[in-house]
Amino acid sequence: MLTPVTTWIDERFPMSKMVREHLTEYYAPKNFNFWYFFGGLAIFVLGIQILSGIFLTMHYKPDADKAFASVEYIMRDVPLGWLIRYVHSTGASLFFVVIYLHMFRALLYGSYRKPRELLWIFGMVIYLCLMAEAFFGYLLPWGQMSYWGAQVIVNLFGAVPLIGPDLAVWIRGDYVVSDATLSRFFALHVIAVPIALLGLVVAHILSLHEVGSNNPDGIDIKKNKDPISGKPLDGIPFHPYYTVKDIFGLVIFMIIFAFIVFFAPEMGGYFLEHNNFIPADPLKTPDHIAPVWYFTPFYSILRAVPPMFGSQFPGVLAMGGAVVILFFLPWLDRSPVRSIRYKGPLFKISLTIFVASFLLLGYLGLKPTNIWGQLGGADVATVVAQLCTVLYFMFFISLPIVSILDRTKVEPDRVTS
Amino acid sequence: MKTIMIVIWSVLCCSGVAAAAGGGYSLNNANIDTTDAESLQRGAKIFADRCLSCHAATFMRYNRLADIGLSQGQIKQYFIADDSVKVGDTMKSAIDASTAKQMFGVTPPDLSVVSRSRGSDWLYTYFISFYKDEATTTGWNNRIFPNVAMPNVFSQEQGVLRAVYAKDDKSIVSLQRETEGTLTSRAFDDSMLDLTNFLVFMGEPAAEKRKQIGSLVIIFLIFFAFMAWAVKREFWKDVH
Amino acid sequence: MLQLIRSAEGLSRGEKSLSSEKSVNEQRRMLVVSTGAVGAAGALAAVSTLLMSMAPSERAKAAGAPVEVDLAKLEPGMLITEEWRGKPVWILHRTDDMLSKLGETKDLVSDPDSKLPMQPEYATNVERSIKPEYLVLVGICTHLGCSPTQKLEAGEASGLGADWSGGFFCPCHGSKFDLAGRVYKGVPAPANLEVPPHQFLSDSRLLIGDDAARS
Repeated sequence: MLTPVTTWIDERFPMSKMVREHLTEYYAPKNFNFWYFFGGLAIFVLGIQILSGIFLTMHYKPDADKAFASVEYIMRDVPLGWLIRYVHSTGASLFFVVIYLHMFRALLYGSYRKPRELLWIFGMVIYLCLMAEAFFGYLLPWGQMSYWGAQVIVNLFGAVPLIGPDLAVWIRGDYVVSDATLSRFFALHVIAVPIALLGLVVAHILSLHEVGSNNPDGIDIKKNKDPISGKPLDGIPFHPYYTVKDIFGLVIFMIIFAFIVFFAPEMGGYFLEHNNFIPADPLKTPDHIAPVWYFTPFYSILRAVPPMFGSQFPGVLAMGGAVVILFFLPWLDRSPVRSIRYKGPLFKISLTIFVASFLLLGYLGLKPTNIWGQLGGADVATVVAQLCTVLYFMFFISLPIVSILDRTKVEPDRVTS
Repeated sequence: MKTIMIVIWSVLCCSGVAAAAGGGYSLNNANIDTTDAESLQRGAKIFADRCLSCHAATFMRYNRLADIGLSQGQIKQYFIADDSVKVGDTMKSAIDASTAKQMFGVTPPDLSVVSRSRGSDWLYTYFISFYKDEATTTGWNNRIFPNVAMPNVFSQEQGVLRAVYAKDDKSIVSLQRETEGTLTSRAFDDSMLDLTNFLVFMGEPAAEKRKQIGSLVIIFLIFFAFMAWAVKREFWKDVH
Repeated sequence: MLQLIRSAEGLSRGEKSLSSEKSVNEQRRMLVVSTGAVGAAGALAAVSTLLMSMAPSERAKAAGAPVEVDLAKLEPGMLITEEWRGKPVWILHRTDDMLSKLGETKDLVSDPDSKLPMQPEYATNVERSIKPEYLVLVGICTHLGCSPTQKLEAGEASGLGADWSGGFFCPCHGSKFDLAGRVYKGVPAPANLEVPPHQFLSDSRLLIGDDAARS
């Protein structure tokens, strides 16, 4: 089967060995369901963003006087430039859709549990990098939302006690968001963060293939091996079975992607905001500013925490904590079983409340705080956001107790379909 | 799986509808057809003759009007008065920005992408909602853009409107025609729809092409999805 | 990729022992190959989208659009420089004296009849021009892209010796061209100066960059 060329390469580089280890002889559980599409899709979107980004960089100008015009130049004068730009802007939002669903999968089936703690941590760092990447990239079109979004978020660092104000100035390289800020955000967006992301994705996959994939039953398929061949009885080679399955899932995803790019690129102002078609004006803040939708749950938490001791810092801390606490998930969950299929009602209720409050926080973050009117002198929406913030953190804080007290079912010996 | 797809699709559809509206006063629905070349051409003419005297559209090239069915010769003949301007140039304002700022107190905004920040309904409503108001410097005011710096440049065609205020407070109930214009109310509204239509076109000249390519891409992907599904089913026959 | 497809077939063969194994594999192979072909076509279209974006933009095209020049004020013996696609284009209104010099230089230049196929066919006559008096040239040396200096005056005043009969001299590597832009023998430049596409819209209006309407 081996051609002379592959032999030649294999003597110098472990090509066939890598293909075997990661594709043809990587045994994945045969019971993957819908939720297992999103890891592959995330890699696909990363590829799309890098490719489209390379070509956007050829035409974009990271200069406060030219940035807005260069985006419109891409949209109008560059052949098919509009397509590349819409792919990149849609890709940014869909990246987060895919990542949130991918993370939710881990919550459902306990994919963060031992021995996959480091896999989960790599994933969380990828998520952090992705947020940084999105934040830096969002400034580049240099519209009103870009500008004021960056202004607000950089000012959050200003709330850090003692060093805050200096820190904010250092991040901006100026007293306000300016050309200096734009240039450094551009450098970080197109070089620094993508390199970190690629490295982390490789680490994420290597560590996945080291410990093996989890599955909807949350049981270890390596326990039941064929006595002769030594292959897991419930495992199938990733290639061809999951490559062909993932390609099918990918095409369905691409149909949704294409539908947005070609028929709803603004997505009603959620993917491309209306105010971002007004060039940045440092003297005039838009009436209503909100971050892009994928940041809004955390933005809501920030707004929900009232200033204490004359400082915004507690809010900033809560917002940061909302992300950081996810890192500890592998050690907070003490359930004897991994998958939600065998967990008890306590965990199911707890997870439902968590997801509901996360979504509600996300929704409220898009809206002004007075959207639901006032009750007893306080904005109803703010009170709800405060409640959701508490519930968000309660999920993590109560998890050790919930997972111990919960009435779990007995895990099966072999995977179910 | 099915239910999730349904959820995703309904989210896609709903968010397209949920566009931002202007505050307070409900906007008129701009019933425009971006594939109507004649309407777009009429709108382009109004834009070039009237708007470009103070505003610019610095991202819009004259030769892009070819997309709405005008030839290079027609563009040169009907849209470019100045001989030094070439068809490949972008649309500059007839007065320079600093003169305009002296005249109006603000620099008239660039209109290349105004339809993308404001939306078609807002623009259409704005054009037809000017009323006479001696309290302002220009003598004009606008129902959805209070104390706007821009005068009503279409008062010749539209005639003069006056605001009718509510008895108890200062809110405007309606606008009433004081003098007739050269156009009937209906014809004027139609011409403003043409102008709105053109502004929407100018906001994203590639929009029609985008939808055309999009249909082909999605047809291709659906076809490919069937093939990918057949391959998946074929291989998964092995898995028991 | 092919190796992966082959290994996929190998695997299915190993795990199944059907009597119709061969026909199943043949069917599977067809399916994989045809799906792969459709996918490759889609990928090709996507990549070509990206590559197409590297073609000149509307702005570049607008900047490189044909340039109209008014020749009414161009006196005989004078040369003006216009910019077209970022390159200098010389328009020289040659005097009768200058035109007569072209006979003198005929034997000194390497391609007197403009045989090298790099210019419009209306530039292959002795004058290398549509109208004998108006010479239109891209002012870029055909050697390595410097812009030659104008040495229109004949004789000692040019600084190129008494036998200089007027033309252009490239300061970079000493290439010499006559008053029709023809390159002298024995200099580094391999070819005559390029004549850009051009046409006369009227007697005194020249359009550089477009000769489509020329009949």
